[in-house]
Amino acid sequence: MKVLVPVKRVIDYNVKARVKADQTGVDLANVKMSMNPFCEIAVEEAVRLKEKGAATEIVAVSVGPQQAQETLRTALAMGADRAILVQTDQDLEPLAVAKVLKAIIAEENPELVMMGKQAIDGDNNAVGQMLSALLDWPQATFASAITVGGGKATVTREVDGGLQTIDVSLPAVVTADLRLNEPRYASLPNIMKAKKKPLDVKELGSLGVDTAPRLKVVKVSEPPKRTAGIKVETAADLVSNLKTAGVL
Amino acid sequence: MAVLVIADHDNATLKDNTHKVVTAAQAIGGDIDILVAGTNTAAIAAEAAKITGVRKVLTAESAELGQGLAEAVADLIVGLAGGYDAILTPATSQGKNFSPRVAAKLDVAQISDVSEVVSADTFTHPIYAGNAMETVQSSDAKKVLTVRPTSFKAAAEGGSAAIESVAAPGAPAKTKFVDQKLVKSARPDLGAAKIVVSGGRAMGSAEEFQKVIEPLADKLGAAVGASRAAVDAGYAPNDYQVGQTGKVVAPELYIAIGISGAIQHLAGMKDSKVIVAINKDGDAPIFQVADYGLVADYKGAVPELMSELAKIGK
Repeated sequence: MKVLVPVKRVIDYNVKARVKADQTGVDLANVKMSMNPFCEIAVEEAVRLKEKGAATEIVAVSVGPQQAQETLRTALAMGADRAILVQTDQDLEPLAVAKVLKAIIAEENPELVMMGKQAIDGDNNAVGQMLSALLDWPQATFASAITVGGGKATVTREVDGGLQTIDVSLPAVVTADLRLNEPRYASLPNIMKAKKKPLDVKELGSLGVDTAPRLKVVKVSEPPKRTAGIKVETAADLVSNLKTAGVL
Repeated sequence: MAVLVIADHDNATLKDNTHKVVTAAQAIGGDIDILVAGTNTAAIAAEAAKITGVRKVLTAESAELGQGLAEAVADLIVGLAGGYDAILTPATSQGKNFSPRVAAKLDVAQISDVSEVVSADTFTHPIYAGNAMETVQSSDAKKVLTVRPTSFKAAAEGGSAAIESVAAPGAPAKTKFVDQKLVKSARPDLGAAKIVVSGGRAMGSAEEFQKVIEPLADKLGAAVGASRAAVDAGYAPNDYQVGQTGKVVAPELYIAIGISGAIQHLAGMKDSKVIVAINKDGDAPIFQVADYGLVADYKGAVPELMSELAKIGK
């Protein structure tokens, strides 16, 4: 089984995003960038499927700038076999990304697309669902456990108030939630090996996909600030303050 | 102009999120219809019909809709989409599951987690874990939005909209429901609770989390939440998680215990009316957003708080 894993280069998880003064976006100049944490979980899961013998080949794909090659090298160091960068400096909307991935899937014919449930920059939580809709494949979002076999995947999903288990026939799109696994750190020998693994670069324009934006960004602004209140000395002070505030 | 609001329910009762999304729909303007898809829809639709300003309530009933299978729900909505200029879904895990599928089938963008309706085509939503608010104008003929319920007031009741049933789509061919394990709890729903008590990594174990956080929550009639760190460590189940990657809550009172206040946690609770933080590290970022901070080890502070609450009859 071939597994395709889309990955995204985003602002590092531990860096606080700052809005540009001219309100055109978030300042990413000289900011540490890393693989989106949910994508890491997806790569890890694909590697585990391969280690279990359920997957035979893992192809990592990214749609983004030239620097996204670093993100793909991280995926290769974790255990992906080869990588494809669809290179563009445009900031694509989720629908456009789904269309680009659909075009790659038409060439690669994977049986499983394993990807993160959301990227921590746009926070849209949309590409996986959109991709499965465009392909007319079944979707299993917010996965916390996956088993694959007999032409289907059995996926346990995080839903409001608990867990749901569904069977999806392959090919399918599965999106990873936080508790699916704990991603490994790439070892130094694997980082060295990853440098020699194949990484194809395709120009976005060569795919013939309509990626025109549907949304115009009017502005990006700071969220309303909350100011620190007071420090209380004892639990009794706290309770009397809360009573006065009318919330008890 | 007509707007379709997808009802939030659990196949038994209508959830308040629906009322809040109706308020967002009112800001867009035009006729508002509500779709109740699932099982036991007659009772739920009767509740939805009472929401003020609703033109009609549509019901569609099938086992797959009740199971919330994205393919079934999306097929139903896409079939109805011709009559609407905007389709609004509460940004719950169920809504987030099927709404992007609807958008892609209609070949339109989805705007996720809308927190403000600026005009009929312009919306604001949080990005970067709520560290930035992005306002976008959509050029699509149909708008598909998920709406953050905590950002809107619940629409009032007092109406009596007509109820109409529509045909449910056939069962999805490629997806099959296996089972569902919902945690049965006497506590209020985390997303709708007036008071939330959350615990963080400082708890150190699942046993300690249950021993400290849960009795306090029960004393206050509160829902229980947790930071991502506590969930990651296995101290609390994932559906307790408050934050960017979990639930966004905005209760009257939020009590954070042993939570440092990582960016991603603050994104999920900073719209709460009153925030209380109890943490032994006085420099923890949680104190920068807390209305009342108590710098103390929770091990002493929570029992004291329990006894102080008992004194006022809690």
